[in-house]
Amino acid sequence: MKHTELSRIITHLLRWFLAPHRAEELEGDLDELFQQRVREVGLRKARWRYIRDVVSLMRPSLIKRQTNRYARPKHTAMLRNYLKIAFRNLAKNQVYSFINIFGLASGMAVAMLIGLWLYDELSFNRQFKKHDRLAMLWQFVKFDVEKTAYDVMPIPLAQELRSNYPDFELVALSKSRDVIVAAGERKLLKTGNYVEPEFMDMLSLNVVSGTQFGKNDVNTILLSKSLAQALFDGQNPLNKLIKLDNKQTVKVAGVYADFPANSTFDDVMFLVPWKFYAANDENAKLDRDQWDSNSYQIFVQIKPDADFGAVSAKIKDIRMKRDNPPGYKPEFYLHPMSQWHLYSDFKDGVNTGGLITFVWLFGSIGVIVLLLACINFMNLSTARSEKRAKEVGIRKAIGSLRSQLISQFFSESLLMAFLAFAVSILFVQFTLPFFNQVAEKQMVILWQNPIFWLAGLGFSLLTGLIAGSYPALYLSSFQPVKVLKGIMRTSRSATIPRRVLVGFQFTVSVTLIIGTIIVFRQIEHAKDRPVGYSRSGLIEIGMNAPELYRHYTALRNDLLNTGAVADMSESSNPITFQAGGTTDISWRGKKPGSKPLVMTNYVTHDYGKTVGWQIKEGRDFSRAYSTDTASIILNEAAVRLMGFKNPIGEFVRRGSPNRQFKVVGVIRDMIKEDPFRPVSPSFFVVEYGNVNTINIRLAPQLSTPEALAKVEQVFKRYSPDSPFDYKFADEQYDRKFGAEQRIGRLAGGFTILAILISCLGLFGLASFMAEQRTKEIGIRKVLGASVFNVWQLLSKEFVILVVLAFCLATPLAYYLLSNWLQSYQYRTELSWWVFALSGVSVLTVTLLTVSFQSIKAALMNPVKSLRSE
Amino acid sequence: MKGTYLGEFEEVVLLAVAIRAGDAYGAAVVNEIEQQMGRSVNLGAVHSALNRLQEKGLVSSEMGGMTAERGGRRKRLYKVTAYGQRALEEIRQLRNQMWDAIPKTAWS
Repeated sequence: MKHTELSRIITHLLRWFLAPHRAEELEGDLDELFQQRVREVGLRKARWRYIRDVVSLMRPSLIKRQTNRYARPKHTAMLRNYLKIAFRNLAKNQVYSFINIFGLASGMAVAMLIGLWLYDELSFNRQFKKHDRLAMLWQFVKFDVEKTAYDVMPIPLAQELRSNYPDFELVALSKSRDVIVAAGERKLLKTGNYVEPEFMDMLSLNVVSGTQFGKNDVNTILLSKSLAQALFDGQNPLNKLIKLDNKQTVKVAGVYADFPANSTFDDVMFLVPWKFYAANDENAKLDRDQWDSNSYQIFVQIKPDADFGAVSAKIKDIRMKRDNPPGYKPEFYLHPMSQWHLYSDFKDGVNTGGLITFVWLFGSIGVIVLLLACINFMNLSTARSEKRAKEVGIRKAIGSLRSQLISQFFSESLLMAFLAFAVSILFVQFTLPFFNQVAEKQMVILWQNPIFWLAGLGFSLLTGLIAGSYPALYLSSFQPVKVLKGIMRTSRSATIPRRVLVGFQFTVSVTLIIGTIIVFRQIEHAKDRPVGYSRSGLIEIGMNAPELYRHYTALRNDLLNTGAVADMSESSNPITFQAGGTTDISWRGKKPGSKPLVMTNYVTHDYGKTVGWQIKEGRDFSRAYSTDTASIILNEAAVRLMGFKNPIGEFVRRGSPNRQFKVVGVIRDMIKEDPFRPVSPSFFVVEYGNVNTINIRLAPQLSTPEALAKVEQVFKRYSPDSPFDYKFADEQYDRKFGAEQRIGRLAGGFTILAILISCLGLFGLASFMAEQRTKEIGIRKVLGASVFNVWQLLSKEFVILVVLAFCLATPLAYYLLSNWLQSYQYRTELSWWVFALSGVSVLTVTLLTVSFQSIKAALMNPVKSLRSE
Repeated sequence: MKGTYLGEFEEVVLLAVAIRAGDAYGAAVVNEIEQQMGRSVNLGAVHSALNRLQEKGLVSSEMGGMTAERGGRRKRLYKVTAYGQRALEEIRQLRNQMWDAIPKTAWS
């Protein structure tokens, strides 16, 4: 009698759900009843009853599994045991565990911080939806020998691009300015842009309330959320009136969400229509149709199928094809948004990178530090595991399979790696605020980013596996008999990879130390350069308000009368900044055809005394000579350029209409621009109309806050509506070192960490070696070895390694650093003592680390070390 | 051991085990009950009842030997324990006592 398909399935089901200890009897009963019923009531009914019986058997009391009095080990049980053993090992060797986990964790933390930094740098400007289609116009111009790159454009170019080049979807002019923004009593000095409406579409501006301004709006303004908050304190800012620079009034049309912190526009606090600027600004009015007046930025959005390179080629010669091409031969160029931040340096018309160098630099430092930490981890784990050969022997004798030993060692090293990962996240969490401060960023841990977790966990897994591979694969192959008898000798070949790894660590450490010293020396070198003027107590005040103009003498007298001011003057730019130059200048003996750029400075009579410049030849401007409106003062670089033997009394022609100026004085070079470069040729002429900065030298008798308070009172009298906003010249000057100082600080921090990690590893390794040779040392001491002998014995190996590493690191560091210094025109030398110092300091640190262990071992009582078994 | 209360169906199963003394296993009990009471019962109900009886200690069980029947599958043989026997007797006695208490006039 056959069961049908259905009942077979049911039987199957039955076996699956019934308690195994009941299955046999129940199946038997079912079968018996079925056979019997087939005979009595027929197949159909029997089947029916069979199904009913099966269903009736599905009740909890029959499904419940039998409880067993004995443990039933599963895979997890063994894993649990491995973990338990691993934790016991950690707890037993606390110092070693601490060194190992702490070292790896700090390496991981450094790598994570650098990773976050890289992420931040690489995601710069990526928040804009259309970032891959946006670009900014640059032009290469040739004043003299090399092409220089500028990001400022003439106004009519925008219209030209818009009407004649179909590759552009949107074109927008923009001008960025610091403006006094006033709402009622509140006045703030903020940076904002005057833009054409297309600008907002390009950046997909997120307007949170109100609307964007349109093509025909003039007297309107869009505020960033933070500025709206600062001005109106949570009140609805829409349709409120705002005064700009104490002159014109505009109406708030909307509020937009602040631009992201890691974007080029993060300091743009408000947007005002370009039309407003074109109608109110004197220069903008003049420049409306001027093709050779470059002061404005142009942003473009190209069509989706257009290519930046191809479009650049099309627009390159726009200016040269027009009438009257200028002598500096401008070539226009599209700089794509994706490159603004990381590739912003140009040399002779070719992009030479920029911040991307640091992305690579820090990326490699991160990898190296992580590598150092891994090497340590592996070294210590393998060194330590040799001690456990006996354990392996016993485990094997009791019946462990090799595969079990392998998984035991792997689970131990994985446990350590994951613990280190957890600790490193803690480290990062605590150090991130500090790191943000040094790196001037606003980074957060990417808790929500799966890639972050994937990378972190994947890396821990990899480290754990690599570090565990030696004990897992090598130790587990030992023959228990040999190990337990004690014939097992660790072969010499096992220590060679360890030495190579330690040697590598030292090489990296020495290179990093040399690098750090050189970076700091380069900064110091540039800082120690004679500046050519005196920075102490010198302040700069921008002339933003119209009331400050045309009161020169009165303002000066009022300031001097306070007693808080030693001297005061006005100039066309702050002392720590060079606004621009001219090629429209000629002198006797100028090579025809050459067009060098000479920096322009308009000053008042008192400028020299105020900034404290140093007259080398001739005299300063003086009111005593009425001819000084046609006098000129040159700096040394300009004299060199012009090739004057006796500069005083020579004539220089400049300006339009072309006028003749008599050289009355030569001053020592003043560093107004990049302190790492030679000073540009510059001239100074007296002109009271063309100034924008007030320079004040505070009187040394008064304390700075007192003096400032008095100066402020005077300013409030002249311009009651503008905030008193001043800058210290020495602070401004220090900012020129910002990038270098930041690199120096970061490199220094990483170097210290790298050395710390190396030392941790060394300490662990030395202690392990001393421990391993306890008996040997004991016997040597019994036979008459001195403490010094033993110390020598244990330290020799490391000293040799350091010397070798030093020999490797020196040429490497020399090569890398001389390359780096090439990028500075004013640079320090790679003196030999820097190398020697680094070598000696590493050797000292090594000896100190190792000596702690070796002296401890050498001082041990041989009776104790020999008796211990 | 659970409470000693014996349900009606449990009582029937226990009686069937007693009737089939020595050869009381699931299918046999089903057959016995069906024959005696003329009603069909589910195998699951019987086993569940047997399980409960065993937990109460009224029956004990052990696996029988291998036989050629049932495809070589073994049976679990149940046996009424002394405690089970006493429980049955108590029920019977209780019933008798109640029968005896019925007055003669009740059936008129």
